[in-house]
Amino acid sequence: MEEQGVAVANDPIHQFQISRLVPIEIGGLDFSFTNSSLFMALTVATAGAFLFLSTSSRGLIPGRLQSISEMSYEFIAGMLRDSAGSGGMKFFPMVFSLFMFVLVANLFGMFPYFFTVTSHLIVTFMLALFVILTVIVYGLMKHGVGFFKIFVPSGVPTAIVPIVALIEVISFLSRPISLSVRLFANMLAGHITLKVFAGFVASLGAMGAVGIGGAILPLAMTVALTGLEFLVAFLQAYVFAVLTCMYLNDAVHPGGH
Amino acid sequence: MFVAPAFAQEQAPGTHNEPLTNTPPAMEGTTVHEAGTEHSAGFPPFDSTFYPSQILWLAIIFGLFYLFLNKVVLPRLGHILEVRRDRIAQDLDTAARMKEEADAAVAAYEQDLADARAKANVIGQEARDRAKAEAEASRRATEAGLDTRLAEAETRIASIKNAAMSEVGAIAEETAAAIVEALGGRADGAAIASAVAAERS
Repeated sequence: MEEQGVAVANDPIHQFQISRLVPIEIGGLDFSFTNSSLFMALTVATAGAFLFLSTSSRGLIPGRLQSISEMSYEFIAGMLRDSAGSGGMKFFPMVFSLFMFVLVANLFGMFPYFFTVTSHLIVTFMLALFVILTVIVYGLMKHGVGFFKIFVPSGVPTAIVPIVALIEVISFLSRPISLSVRLFANMLAGHITLKVFAGFVASLGAMGAVGIGGAILPLAMTVALTGLEFLVAFLQAYVFAVLTCMYLNDAVHPGGH
Repeated sequence: MFVAPAFAQEQAPGTHNEPLTNTPPAMEGTTVHEAGTEHSAGFPPFDSTFYPSQILWLAIIFGLFYLFLNKVVLPRLGHILEVRRDRIAQDLDTAARMKEEADAAVAAYEQDLADARAKANVIGQEARDRAKAEAEASRRATEAGLDTRLAEAETRIASIKNAAMSEVGAIAEETAAAIVEALGGRADGAAIASAVAAERS
């Protein structure tokens, strides 16, 4: 959706290109403030400002915007309480921040010319790693060795415990990968598809009357995909938050399989 | 690098509507992109050049976001919801209390009504009893007066009768003497008196 000049007008990958805005280099590593960093900051600023300003009146009877903030609060609180119980509520700020960050970053990506922060694997992987490390650190601090009960489900016959434990370990280790790749791939694929179909409209439209007639189909597809992408943007944030809640449940109740 | 060309090839057959004419722009775009890629690391999401930058800025920005939400927004939202919950509970309590008061008022009203009815009955009964008693008393008084007069009348009749009866003997003697003399006899007063007395007894 990011089009800079005619040359890259049809390149569906160009929108994921990172460019340095403020070059910074520390110890040979590139810590430049990039367009990705800019849109992270914009995402956070927008989400933070919305939540802050919509609740500034502290209305007993909420207005529309305050209702949105309250709904998201109760939505995440309910989700966390359902999957991790009241013991998991100490992670509420974390889950809420993750959900808001991913949601707003995804929705930001729906604006033309905007950079989609969550379409980069490293970003989603860091978020997933944050979740998994929280699970491991909290689980070990709270339950010590008992935390490893998550790898041995109760009620399994002793004979097959090693196999089950192995599967559980692999499943546990694949969590950060599946969590991050799911979000990353959804955003990436959606944006590429959208860009490709929109590119068809532009290319066909440039070919005269027949082309314009032929462009109707990809145009309809683009409109439909845009709707779908908004759904995906919300759905992936929701899925990320739900899975975070379920993984946190392991940290709170290791034996609770 | 390994994704972009593959994608470009997919894109070309994908344009079945106008394959011949659409292929050049797609190819052109890909070519220019590859030429214009400064970092030459291929597919941007797998370009590790910017990993440190993205990690650092994500940590800083997400960390600030987390702190802001944790310290400012979430306590405020939680407080708003808690105040509302308290307020609703309080209002429900007030409503329940007012309903109790209303029920008590209704009960008191009905009690008063019942009391008033009972009192009215009592007053009515008293009035009826008093009226009956007065009627009875006046009837008695009247009857007593009538009895007295009757007795007086009877006494007077008796006295008149006695008086009349006492005069009957004298009249009979005089009449007997007059009859005897008219027959040419001589009236013996004593004999006549004893005869009259004998007849009367």
